[in-house]
Amino acid sequence: MENIVEMRNIRKEFPGIVANDNVSIELRKGEVHALLGENGAGKSTLMSILFGLYQPEQGEIFIRGKKVRITDPNVANELGIGMVHQHFKLVHNFTVTQNIILGRESKRFGFVVDEKSASRRIRALSERYALNVNPDAKIEDISVGMQQRVEILKMLYRDAEALIFDEPTSVLTPQEIHELMKIMRNLIDEGKSIILITHKLREIKEIADRCTVLRRGRVIGTVDVASTTEARMAEMMVGREVSFKVDKKPAVPGDVVLKIEGLNVLSARKVLGLTDFSLEVRAGEIVGVAGVDGNGQSELVEAVTGMRSVESGTIRLRGRDITKQGVRERIREGIAHIPEDRHKHGLVLDYTVQENMILETYDQKPFSNHGLLDFPEIRKYAECIVEAFDVRAGEGVDSLARSLSGGNQQKAIVGREIELDPDLLVAVQPTRGLDVGAIEYIHKRLVEQRDSGKAVLLVSLELDEILNLSDRIVVVSHGALIGDVQADETDENEVGLMMTGIRKGESA
Amino acid sequence: MTPKVDPAGRTRRWTIPKKYVNSLFAVLLGLIAGAFFMLAIGRNPFVGYFYLFKGGVMNLKYIGQTLATSTPLILTGLSVAFAFRTGLFNIGAAGQMLMGGLTAIGLALTFEHMLPRGILLAVIVLGSIVAGGLWALIAGVLKARFNVNEVVATIMLNWIAFWTVKYGVYAFFRDPQQETQSKAIDAVASLKAPWLTSLFPGSYINLGLFLSLIALVIIALVLDKTTLGYELKAVGFNRSAAEYAGIKVNRGVILSMTIAGMLAGLAGATYWTGYSSNMQIDTSSLPSQGLDGIAVALLGTNSPVGVLFAAVFFGMLQSGKGFMTAVTGIPPEIADTIIATVIYFAAAAVLIERVLDAWRKRRASKALAATKKGGEE
Repeated sequence: MENIVEMRNIRKEFPGIVANDNVSIELRKGEVHALLGENGAGKSTLMSILFGLYQPEQGEIFIRGKKVRITDPNVANELGIGMVHQHFKLVHNFTVTQNIILGRESKRFGFVVDEKSASRRIRALSERYALNVNPDAKIEDISVGMQQRVEILKMLYRDAEALIFDEPTSVLTPQEIHELMKIMRNLIDEGKSIILITHKLREIKEIADRCTVLRRGRVIGTVDVASTTEARMAEMMVGREVSFKVDKKPAVPGDVVLKIEGLNVLSARKVLGLTDFSLEVRAGEIVGVAGVDGNGQSELVEAVTGMRSVESGTIRLRGRDITKQGVRERIREGIAHIPEDRHKHGLVLDYTVQENMILETYDQKPFSNHGLLDFPEIRKYAECIVEAFDVRAGEGVDSLARSLSGGNQQKAIVGREIELDPDLLVAVQPTRGLDVGAIEYIHKRLVEQRDSGKAVLLVSLELDEILNLSDRIVVVSHGALIGDVQADETDENEVGLMMTGIRKGESA
Repeated sequence: MTPKVDPAGRTRRWTIPKKYVNSLFAVLLGLIAGAFFMLAIGRNPFVGYFYLFKGGVMNLKYIGQTLATSTPLILTGLSVAFAFRTGLFNIGAAGQMLMGGLTAIGLALTFEHMLPRGILLAVIVLGSIVAGGLWALIAGVLKARFNVNEVVATIMLNWIAFWTVKYGVYAFFRDPQQETQSKAIDAVASLKAPWLTSLFPGSYINLGLFLSLIALVIIALVLDKTTLGYELKAVGFNRSAAEYAGIKVNRGVILSMTIAGMLAGLAGATYWTGYSSNMQIDTSSLPSQGLDGIAVALLGTNSPVGVLFAAVFFGMLQSGKGFMTAVTGIPPEIADTIIATVIYFAAAAVLIERVLDAWRKRRASKALAATKKGGEE
């Protein structure tokens, strides 16, 4: 079979690390080739080299058997390589057509942009691949799933043969994922070839023909997906056996810790982001909030933690009304918060690890006395957390937070919040972007918190995480609570359906 | 086997903190550029530099003069650096300094025959600090309450201060003989001290030097050792994270702007009731120490110690350039050009860092290759 893309013995170094070490990979015509690996395994680097964003120190690239040098993304486009980035590169107040032709405008008389014919061509492409995209819609008016299809169309419009998908499912609902899989099969049927970057084994099993596993910049092996189990691939990826199921005993819910009643919250765009929302979380249970991104989760979390004021309604912690209290007072009352964005909220990246460990407690004894920081005490405390939560950093607690890997940053935050010994732990996307090993670890810690009688409010866009970890699942859609089910009495389909806004019992 | 070599391929006995290395390179490159300027106008740069530095340090008078010139620069530099460390850009040091100076001159002229010297000086110094602080507070409140960019606000306040001083001096403290300046303050109200002046005879050195050093130590302590500094720096580094941790961000903005203003206000007292003894109002520009403070902070990498060295360096060039001109005839603008060039190179620190990194890397890989070869043989 012909190889569309062949990368041979690629080596790429960054200061201090070898991101790709003698990596070889080939993409056959008409296959879906999965690239599997933990964070920092070198998947993105390898694909960035193929897409012309980096130059390798060693190694060769062949496209359709011919040796090429890909010096920048334009060259990659010329060679028929297209990429759908994890974060879409779209102009929000442009139409679909305008976005697709951006940088490739066909012109009349040399300067008038010919949008009409472009629009026709896009419509034709959309029909051929069953993408169902309206070329005249504005990006800001269409769903995330639809935006992704615009990115796919962008590649097709540029006649790409080899399509790279970087973690394409992380922003989609289960139904949208299903649709995407169908689209990928259409693309293959039409003669395209696909490289799929992912760390979700189930998707690989479902769609991929072959899978190349990377670990620490090296190829561990390329396997035939049909004849390899998920467990085997996970083991190749992590280097040891991993358990997928979170090991936990049935919950023993106690008193109500968090009680939210009739909450209305404005979103950043000054429209109601949360409407008439009520929720109870008891001690000793994990309540998972499922929903498609942007359906009120941020507003809920910010209202509970005090970062956003509420329009009406009450929030009670152990019976005490905290609706009007500030962030710091709520932390003292016993709310800890693992934030969604560890770089924006969770850490001061230019502070050291030890300085970050006292972000909420620096003004308390023993860390300070009459306004003077007590560095020996801070160091002792930080070293305890780093030890207990297995945070690995080059220079220990003196390392800048910025220098830690994502997983270690997250472990540090989780450690800091758990050490606050809260009554309520609000965990938002606690494992976002982490590898299997770190996910396993953090999940274990969250269950431990539950077992020690804390209330845990888990907000996640990963349905698997919600289903695995929660004792009770509530579903939000358009700022309203759509469903409230016991985790052991529901399944992915039911929750996925509710995520689209259809209440339990209603027919689709 | 791979033998271990450090990045530079050798062991080092002592090192300069990396953040200062760029600044030292900036100074070096600025001096080299200055040499080319002198060559370009047909002068010998070695002679020029000899007299430029001689003019800064050749005897006690000139050393005293260098320190006196550095004094307000230390304070305005600290003002800018402190604000910057907490995420604010204080372009308003000139205005804050003017308000501090007007208050100091006003207090001095009003109370110079009423209060004993110790109390009088305390009143003048505290008055200037309060005035500078209040002036900056306006910008802080505008930023915290109405999200007015502090750069715009402080620039506007600079000119409001400028005209306030013109009016204030003319209306209340005008010298009857010379309408374009205030009356001169009495020696009893001046920060010049006889014992200090006799140490550095003929210079304008004054007690402001010690005040600036005390301020420097206090600011260094606040930034590095206190919960206040921890909060303010957290706000500066990452506002969102500070909000997440429950730090009162708006209070921090107002507070740190005010502290920056207090430092610049004190600079006003050290300049007009120390270095000088009256305020001139025939000028059409803001006091140069305001903008120079930005340069000092930049070159000093926003650290108190760095600010001290940068301010003294600039002070030396400022006070030496007159001597250079007198002896060699090289125009004093050359010294100003050197300062400007140094600032450019300091601002381009990132560029310098890249060049240095590439250089280190090349040396390291050479060293590695050499050791590898050695191992194979």
